[in-house]
Amino acid sequence: MQWEAVIGLEVHVQLATQSKIFSGASTAFGAEPNTQACAVDLGLPGVLPVLNEGAVAMAVRFGLGINAEIPETSVFDRKNYFYPDLPKGYQTSQMYQPIVGPGEVEITLDDGSTKRIRVHHAHLEEDAGKSLHEDFHGMTGIDLNRAGTPLLEIVSEPDLRSAREAAAYLKAIHAIVTYLGISDGNMAEGSMRCDVNVSVRPKGQETLGTRAEIKNVNSFRFVEKAIAFEIERQVELIEDGGTVVQETRLYDPEADETRSMRTKEEANDYRYFPCPDLLPVVLDQAYVDHLRETLPELPADKRARFQDELGLSAYDASVLASSRAMAEYFETVRDVCGDAKLAANWVQVELAGRLNKEGLDIADSPVTAEQLGGLVARVKDETINGKAAKQVFAALWDGEGDSADAIIEARGLKQVTDTGAIEAMIDQVIADSPVQVAQYREAAPEKRGKMIGYFVGQVMKASRGTANPQQVNALLKDKLDNA
Amino acid sequence: MHDKTLTELAAALAAGEFSSRELTESLLARIDRLDGELNSFITVTADAALEAADRADRARAAGKAGPLTGLPLALKDIFCTQGVRTSCGSRMLDNFVSPYDATVVEKLAAAGTVSLGKTNMDEFAMGSSNENSHYGPVKNPWDLAAVPGGSSGGSAAAVAAGLVPAALGTDTGGSIRQPAAFCGITGLKPTYGRVSRYGMVAYASSLDQGGPMARTAEDCALLLGAIAGHDLRDSTSVARGVPDYREELEASLSGLKIGLPREYFGDGLAPEVEAAVREAIAVYESLGASVREVSLPHTELAIPAYYVIAPAEASSNLSRYDGVRFGHRCENPTDLVDLYKRSRAEGFGEEVKRRILIGTHTLSEGFFDAYYKKAQQVRRLIRQDFLDAFEDVDVLMGPASPTPAFDLGAKKDPVSMYLQDIYTIAINLAGIPGLSVPAGFVDGRPVGLQILGPHFAESRLLNVAHRFQQATDWHRRQPAFGKENA
Repeated sequence: MQWEAVIGLEVHVQLATQSKIFSGASTAFGAEPNTQACAVDLGLPGVLPVLNEGAVAMAVRFGLGINAEIPETSVFDRKNYFYPDLPKGYQTSQMYQPIVGPGEVEITLDDGSTKRIRVHHAHLEEDAGKSLHEDFHGMTGIDLNRAGTPLLEIVSEPDLRSAREAAAYLKAIHAIVTYLGISDGNMAEGSMRCDVNVSVRPKGQETLGTRAEIKNVNSFRFVEKAIAFEIERQVELIEDGGTVVQETRLYDPEADETRSMRTKEEANDYRYFPCPDLLPVVLDQAYVDHLRETLPELPADKRARFQDELGLSAYDASVLASSRAMAEYFETVRDVCGDAKLAANWVQVELAGRLNKEGLDIADSPVTAEQLGGLVARVKDETINGKAAKQVFAALWDGEGDSADAIIEARGLKQVTDTGAIEAMIDQVIADSPVQVAQYREAAPEKRGKMIGYFVGQVMKASRGTANPQQVNALLKDKLDNA
Repeated sequence: MHDKTLTELAAALAAGEFSSRELTESLLARIDRLDGELNSFITVTADAALEAADRADRARAAGKAGPLTGLPLALKDIFCTQGVRTSCGSRMLDNFVSPYDATVVEKLAAAGTVSLGKTNMDEFAMGSSNENSHYGPVKNPWDLAAVPGGSSGGSAAAVAAGLVPAALGTDTGGSIRQPAAFCGITGLKPTYGRVSRYGMVAYASSLDQGGPMARTAEDCALLLGAIAGHDLRDSTSVARGVPDYREELEASLSGLKIGLPREYFGDGLAPEVEAAVREAIAVYESLGASVREVSLPHTELAIPAYYVIAPAEASSNLSRYDGVRFGHRCENPTDLVDLYKRSRAEGFGEEVKRRILIGTHTLSEGFFDAYYKKAQQVRRLIRQDFLDAFEDVDVLMGPASPTPAFDLGAKKDPVSMYLQDIYTIAINLAGIPGLSVPAGFVDGRPVGLQILGPHFAESRLLNVAHRFQQATDWHRRQPAFGKENA
């Protein structure tokens, strides 16, 4: 039987506010435990929450970025449950009237085509603290630094059909929130986590299968692997005559499997009700309009512009628009050198290759976009040849010069196109290589093509890589064949 | 000194008749002598009080005294006070020393007042007799066999017994007005949002409101001016200017339109209480007011709606008392669930547990719509009843409580206790201000007249109460308790 997976994601994005969603405590990552938790975060008797306007603005910007409805009124609710790192015994969230209504996100599939994934809603909520299980002699430590950190939970419709699509969706969300600057998107530090709902059904069937929820997956790779495992598990289970039970599962990256955490019967009744300490959030149209006017260009628009205006391929456009840092870098290179295709090529091949090799993010590139643009400009106007350009790039990477021009000048890498100078070098090489010349001239014409490489190499070496390779080739051929 | 009003004490301090230190020492000595029997204080902060009194005297000497400088008062033990135990009348918080001050505590300290300590109360403000305190019941100074009312019973009894001229209370369903009535003092529940709730331990957040309790309306006006106002730390506090509540005290009542809600004079009202209230209303007529009957048709739904909404909010508000970070923790928990279960079972009293159970139930899946949502609908109807009534009249009047103070231990059944609040509870649901003034006695126990006004009509309520107190002397009467020792 042909099976189809139905997948929905709940992505929790940590918003990049300076202070917490309901208190003035700092949200900076990595501080000593409990040094960034004030009376409100600790849930002391008598404290009250005050909503951080910055978190509201970020949520609305996200909503505008996915063309979502922005309801005039949204309401905070309390989600009640006991847990040691949940100080108040409830999480303040938005159950019934979220701040962002239905919208949609465009994802790019492996073949370069795009698909629209509907977002059901996005709501604001506070994060919990962390339970620490190490170093406490059998006891559990509680760190409330993270308690009260603002989260935007983005809930998709079950529109995803494969692990690859889910990963692409997550990447698209990541791109949008980092483009908007509303999150640092740092998955290793937990700035983006997601819960995944997976079910399977025979292809063509309308009704949904029973779903399992995989909690708290925190990387693109793990999302893909967890879903792939879960789909296979459910299909095998059904094919072996079993049934999928509605439950919450955890993904274990080390074993690369999901494991049952609790079943529906054990699920909490969260007893949601409107938080009486917070007033409904009412957004006036002028406020929303102002936020809309100050939105940056977002990935989907950028991708379209890269294709339509710059003439890049769908693939190139999609890679270059995938993150704000990458797109901005590319656009600077292109502005400096004036050639979008060359710029795209250098950013994606030379730069991305080196960054990847060194495990660096584009934001940390030792070669600035201005420097690379200067280099590509010299390739474009043929001041240097491709080989020399690679040398210049390496030199820029190693900090051996401030600009491509300075390095070209210092190393004498300017391409030699003077025929007389090239001919002199060729004559010298021919004079120094009597054996090779003899072999060449004795060889059948169809074998000579390969043999000429030796002479080209020698001439390029003699020119320290600066001779124009096409000229060298043509002149050599002429001299060797017509002697 | 102990029989003077706050206003009289302010004048005496200003005139140099005695110092704040002398006054404070005298009241501390009185508390020491009498409160063993009354049990109105949970914590007396004598050292801090004397330091504050000295500071006040120095400020006065330096010419920097304000209208409240050096005036002693007490705080219901629901207000967080930095460095002082804030128990909320519960074993759960018996060991809780607050690391911060409530906004109103900060404001009163900044105004130069001298807090003598923290007064007894029903646990987490849940009760109408002050019998639900971990620290034992408070007695009514008018009759030691009677309850002082609740939940601000300690504040009411302390003022009535002359241990302190004024105190702060809180009112979620009548907890200022009913004990004020039972103890023969004046107590005001302000409009919801008028006084910051920051640092006031929450019982039912959408209903809780702090307010003044004193001998006279004039004193309440003085105190309300010091504690009212917008607070950036409380989103539900209202950004609206604070008038000088004393300015309109003397305004004439000629032409005042008083409404008597038909539903507040029906079955269950003790005839002697009704007689006292009607006599008070006759006083108003003699002052130029007109009286008419009005109807608040949804009155009978107030108690059921309240006992859905308040416990629902309480069940959530009290979840933080889990034995993890502060408050009572059971001995040797075997695991997390055991820690939760035993800490809460040991830390909370019966009535608190009852309301947590009710609230947890009404918020549960499958019951939420039938209880919580329905109660919120009822709440809107009740609010509308009042808004409609205030279209026709300026204030509403009636009894604060259907009976005078009852005997300690008399009400064993929770529902009969809940019915005590029949005239006070709807006011919290509507968010309007309400006030109780002494209006007579039944068998030596005080009767309170309740006066209600539209949202933010505190100045008018205080004016209406003040003029009554100029025409009567019920608020001047003092209990025999403490007199022989005075």
